Amino acid sequence: MAEFFTTNLIEYVSLSEAWATPLGYILAAMIHIALLLNVVAVGALGFIWLERKVAGRIQDRLGPTRVGGRFGWLQTLADGLKLITKEDLMPAAADPFLFRVAPYVAFCASFAAYLALPFATGWVGQHLNVAVFFILAVLGIEVFGVILAGYGSASKWSLFGAMREAAQVVSYEVPLGLCVIVPVMIAGTMDLIAIGDMQAGMVWNWFIFHDPFTFITFWVFFTCATASVNRAPFDLAEAESELVAGFHTEYSGLRWSFFFMAEYGSMFLVSVLAAILFFGGWNGPIPITEIIGLNETNGALAGYVGNLLGMTNLIIKASLGVTVMIWVRWSFPRLRIDQVITTCLKYCTPIAAMMFLGAALWILYLPGGLWATLRLSDPLGHTREAAPDQQAAAMPADGERE
Amino acid sequence: MDQINWHTFFFLLSALGACTFALMVVFTSNIVRMAFFLVLSLTSTAGLFFLAGADFVGAMQIMIYVGGTMVLLVFGVMLTAQERFVSLKTSGGTWSLAALAGGALLAVLLQTAFSVDDWKAGDTAQAGQSQTTATRIGLGLLGARFDEGTSGYLLPFEIVSIHLLVVLIGAAYLARAKRRAKPSADNPADRSD
Repeated sequence: MAEFFTTNLIEYVSLSEAWATPLGYILAAMIHIALLLNVVAVGALGFIWLERKVAGRIQDRLGPTRVGGRFGWLQTLADGLKLITKEDLMPAAADPFLFRVAPYVAFCASFAAYLALPFATGWVGQHLNVAVFFILAVLGIEVFGVILAGYGSASKWSLFGAMREAAQVVSYEVPLGLCVIVPVMIAGTMDLIAIGDMQAGMVWNWFIFHDPFTFITFWVFFTCATASVNRAPFDLAEAESELVAGFHTEYSGLRWSFFFMAEYGSMFLVSVLAAILFFGGWNGPIPITEIIGLNETNGALAGYVGNLLGMTNLIIKASLGVTVMIWVRWSFPRLRIDQVITTCLKYCTPIAAMMFLGAALWILYLPGGLWATLRLSDPLGHTREAAPDQQAAAMPADGERE
Repeated sequence: MDQINWHTFFFLLSALGACTFALMVVFTSNIVRMAFFLVLSLTSTAGLFFLAGADFVGAMQIMIYVGGTMVLLVFGVMLTAQERFVSLKTSGGTWSLAALAGGALLAVLLQTAFSVDDWKAGDTAQAGQSQTTATRIGLGLLGARFDEGTSGYLLPFEIVSIHLLVVLIGAAYLARAKRRAKPSADNPADRSD
């Protein structure tokens, strides 16, 4: 993309190459950043509206109805305007630097993880060979913003909330990592684009239907993902009934809204991750784009339209995942901290470990059936030897427990 | 100048970040701020790994150092942050000792770094190119290095695995709820836990 801008700048704007090259790079970077930032920000706007509507319906209310027409779809924008105009308060005893920097840390971590997240074949901010691993690692930094907020606020409620969140997120990273290893092991790569492309074709190519173990793994993954993005019933860090508002008790206005952008950003992120790892990513239940020939071989335009449809497909799947999270939030009561940790250590981790072993044995003795013939790419051409990569992927989980 | 060398630019940016934040760790007296600057410094180091095309090592740096160590550090900091430890005052003697040790290490590392001729070549053609390192690392750890035709690192890998397992079991043993078979009333030490 940078080369495209550079050549066009030289050709049409008649800039010299010394100026066109850096300008081309900066323009390309800006476009990537603007697109990703819009995914996070507009996504948050949409999902907050959705959350309010779904919550209303579940509680036999209507939810927002007035702002922006019949369905109140501009309600979030109105809320945002209100938040911008609110006074920016800071407790007198707070650590000013940490208090101010914490919302940005949380938001930056959530946003940085989008850099490696593909939306269709080749549509990705930065194509990383270890995208899954990178996303999990960066998402783990988000908790640091919460801890800084809790400490910097100089408030007991905030500190309790932050410590709960820290304990919870650190615990749930272990089963989450184990669950992610299963599709990585089947695909033989940590490259999300390759993982998505391997599930092309009909619905039974999706990794969730690969074998019984992956089917169970998905549900464990979804539970752990809900916990790791701090959503109800795992939202102890902001338990209103006990801790006022947890780690963001002392925040108001725009700073507070950064935490919420980070939360909705991470929700959408783990949903996209679930869609790519288990639900075929941009490949639909029925490969319509393949059947009518919307791919690169029939020209760039066909490839573009095919990718656009694939991205829509992925976003619909991920939005369904977010909707399920919202549904769960308004249906289940909040767990206690000991129940949260019990769920993680006594249920999720052992189940994930068993599923990992089961899936490893499955691909060793029954390498795929339908699967092996449809396999698109393999890093080293070893069909049966997914083991090396699986070991490499298993390492982070070992490291975490250190 | 026909083209800005972006790799040099981003290298300098990351290196400057790593060094600046490392210095800020040293010169800050608040312990939580130190932890924050340490995270920034380690993240900048991860940026250097990404720049060198070592995606896996870079992500590993974030996962282990930034994620794991930092959260553990913050746990420790908060649980021990009594009033008198919130702000650390370092005495002059400690400063000079630390400066001596740090300076000696810096001198040795600089001497080493500039004595390797291969590293002076300045070949940045490959920089920033994402390479398939994860598969090679995985195979190497399982004892096969196809790229160099040598044997890999199966034994060290197994030793580290067993070591980690021992540490895990040890941690679980230390952290378990202590139940005495017969809580004796005459021994006050038994009642205290």
